[in-house]
Amino acid sequence: MSLDKATVRNIANLARIEVRDEELDHLAGELSNIITFVEQLSEVNTDGVEPMTSVAAMTLPMRKDVVTDGGRHDAVMANAPEAEDGFFTVPKVVE
Amino acid sequence: MSNLTDLTLAEGRDKLAKGEFTAVELTQAHIQAIEAKRNLNAFIVETPELALEEAKASDLRRRAGTNGAMDGLAIGIKDLFCTKGVQTTAASHILEGFKPPYESTVSGKLKAAGAISLGKLNLDEFAMGSSNQTSYFGAVENPWKRKSDPTAKLVPGGSSGGSAAAVAARMVMAATGTDTGGSIRQPAAFCGITGIKPTYGRCSRFGVVAFASSLDQAGPMARTVRDCAIMLGSMAGFDPNDSTSVNMAVPDFEAALTGDIRGLKIGIPKEYRPVGLSEEVAKVWEQGVEWLKAAGATPVEISLPHTKYALPTYYIIAPAECSSNLARYDGLRFGLRVPGKSLDEMYAKTRAAGFGAEVRRRILIGTYVLSAGYYDAYYAKAQKVRRLIADDFAKAFETVDVILTPTAPSAAFGQGEGSDDPVTMWLNDVFTIPTSMAGLPGLSLPAGLSSDGLPLGLQLIGRPFDEETVFKVAGVMETAANFTARPEGI
Repeated sequence: MSLDKATVRNIANLARIEVRDEELDHLAGELSNIITFVEQLSEVNTDGVEPMTSVAAMTLPMRKDVVTDGGRHDAVMANAPEAEDGFFTVPKVVE
Repeated sequence: MSNLTDLTLAEGRDKLAKGEFTAVELTQAHIQAIEAKRNLNAFIVETPELALEEAKASDLRRRAGTNGAMDGLAIGIKDLFCTKGVQTTAASHILEGFKPPYESTVSGKLKAAGAISLGKLNLDEFAMGSSNQTSYFGAVENPWKRKSDPTAKLVPGGSSGGSAAAVAARMVMAATGTDTGGSIRQPAAFCGITGIKPTYGRCSRFGVVAFASSLDQAGPMARTVRDCAIMLGSMAGFDPNDSTSVNMAVPDFEAALTGDIRGLKIGIPKEYRPVGLSEEVAKVWEQGVEWLKAAGATPVEISLPHTKYALPTYYIIAPAECSSNLARYDGLRFGLRVPGKSLDEMYAKTRAAGFGAEVRRRILIGTYVLSAGYYDAYYAKAQKVRRLIADDFAKAFETVDVILTPTAPSAAFGQGEGSDDPVTMWLNDVFTIPTSMAGLPGLSLPAGLSSDGLPLGLQLIGRPFDEETVFKVAGVMETAANFTARPEGI
């Protein structure tokens, strides 16, 4: 299957990555090649096969629902590109 | 005194114990080697001062008799492991300047064992690549050269290319790597060193920058099988911070190196002879079978019928998981931020500026295969084929103890060669990806040289959590191969 420019623009938007219009043709071609490559899986009969979601045949362990860590406000904020009064800042989202 | 940078981990450990030299001396020798080999671009961050401080502390521990299993040994850490207070980038612009406030479990365990880190090693951006050419901090050069053209710069493989180059060039004694589809094994093969991707769940992923969480696994890269066994012993173990790390005892991997493989059955998969397999690689593979036969093992032809589907399966599952994992890079809490008029614009501009071409490509593919209407056709289908691939191995391991294959279809290639088409580049991992899909341990060791003087690797694949048999067979093969070649000038 080949991806058109509109599809690429749509998935780039879903992935929140800005793509310039002049890149769309090239990207559409590249992504189409990849999709064509992976589509060979359609020739495999997978009727009745359970999807494999984890390699380890294990049940995820449970733990008590208690606080195990915390009180590290400064460490959490230390790498923020922009912070104010101990909060992360974002562009205005409500007019 | 022999050259300190030539020592293996085992030799260094034993000589430190005898007091032949100090951890400070060993560290200094490696700092000098790193300075002399900066042209390889193996490190993103060097931490010599920190290393010397730790070396002093190590010497004090030894005097006090409280030294750990790897005390004083000089290693490097792939820049995918979070290191407290030391920049961790995943070789991406989007994480430039990020100093983690915490330590990854694996690097922390190595530290606790006394190992001394000399810095953070270069890699493909977010570990996505097979040639270490996608790093934002520049490509890594393989210390090996073609005899026919010693001026050509060759790739070290990837994604753990900085780790492989640094170990091969004697800048560090060993290094951590991570492997999602071959990122330890293929660069180990390209640089003539040994590396093992352990069973999925053997090492904690906590604090390792995530790429594809159902596949990512940390492992050691070193110059001998024994060194990999020593180092894995210090890296492995259950971690409550990673729910997929497995709660089982860590065996003494070094003790598995008995040299006795009599009676073991070695699987030789007939599907691992794709068109385009280098003749030299095929020859080394046959040689490997002969070595194991001579040591008393029995080769058995096996079939892994879904092998050819491993690569397309991987290129659905890995990008899908990558697109989800990399959603966290939003310009808000850490890393790069490019201003925008709205929140969405800020996300989109930050991520456009922060991710390189290969990472962007994989995020877009992942987003597509997970998007409404396509999920079942691609992602669910791939998960089903993944089970068939894993079942192939399970069936084979009913009759054999270990599987022998080449590690990569060719020797190291030149920088800039074959990078135009992403799918062609991905073929590098054709022999390593199936193992990853099944979560099995896979080790690569150097088995010979190509006619052009480049190392060629062989891969040994084991049952889940049976790294010991893999190490045992690898030890025998290492002795038989007697690989003593080195890169020119090293």
